[in-house]
Amino acid sequence: MLTSGLKAWVWQRLSAIYLAVFLIWLAAHMWFFPTAGFTGWRAWLAQPVISMAFALFFLSLMVHAWVGVRDVVMDYVHSLVTRVAILTSVLLLLLAMAAWAFLLLAGIDYRTA
Amino acid sequence: MAKGPAPVNLDLRTIAFPVMAVVSILHRISGILLFLAIPLSIYAMHLSLKSAQDFERLGAFLHSLPVRLLAVVLVWSLLHHLFAGIRFLLLDLAIGLSRTQARMTAWLVLAGSLLLLFTFVWAI
Repeated sequence: MLTSGLKAWVWQRLSAIYLAVFLIWLAAHMWFFPTAGFTGWRAWLAQPVISMAFALFFLSLMVHAWVGVRDVVMDYVHSLVTRVAILTSVLLLLLAMAAWAFLLLAGIDYRTA
Repeated sequence: MAKGPAPVNLDLRTIAFPVMAVVSILHRISGILLFLAIPLSIYAMHLSLKSAQDFERLGAFLHSLPVRLLAVVLVWSLLHHLFAGIRFLLLDLAIGLSRTQARMTAWLVLAGSLLLLFTFVWAI
């Protein structure tokens, strides 16, 4: 099967840029304006813009992790059957992690946070 | 010329690796560690949002010694992967391609990661 690696390369770079910007912003925010305990953390995360930023973070993370792990597996696992088994498992895991993260964010009660 | 296949040396112990190669393989290793840390990290976030009691217990757990050691490894992984990643993005833009520049930025990645790691350890 002849495919170019261009799409994966673009997705890896795009997701990397969002991840880098988000993480640097998050680190700076927590350094200068740390949230106060449980209530402060929940209230901050419950804000729609912050929740959306985190949702995009988890989405970018799964895309980025998928491309990265796929590259590593392609480099070291040469049996087609084993490779398909591993990649399918990883894909399911990443999708499950994304779903969990989104459910977490959606579950913060905006009314009481 | 001698006949037969060319000689192959894959004994890593006999190869002198340029610093850029070290940065590159560490970028891959740190990536794998970060990937493995994803489920635990989301679980930690889950606990942090569940209840005030879970939040406090998570905090206590994170401050225990074995977890702190793990945190040092993961924070280094994040820092190195981020800095080495930025270096790769710059290389994509043809910045830092010459051997001297590549060597310098590679050392900057290693030093920067350790510097911020110590800052984290000192602060937390």
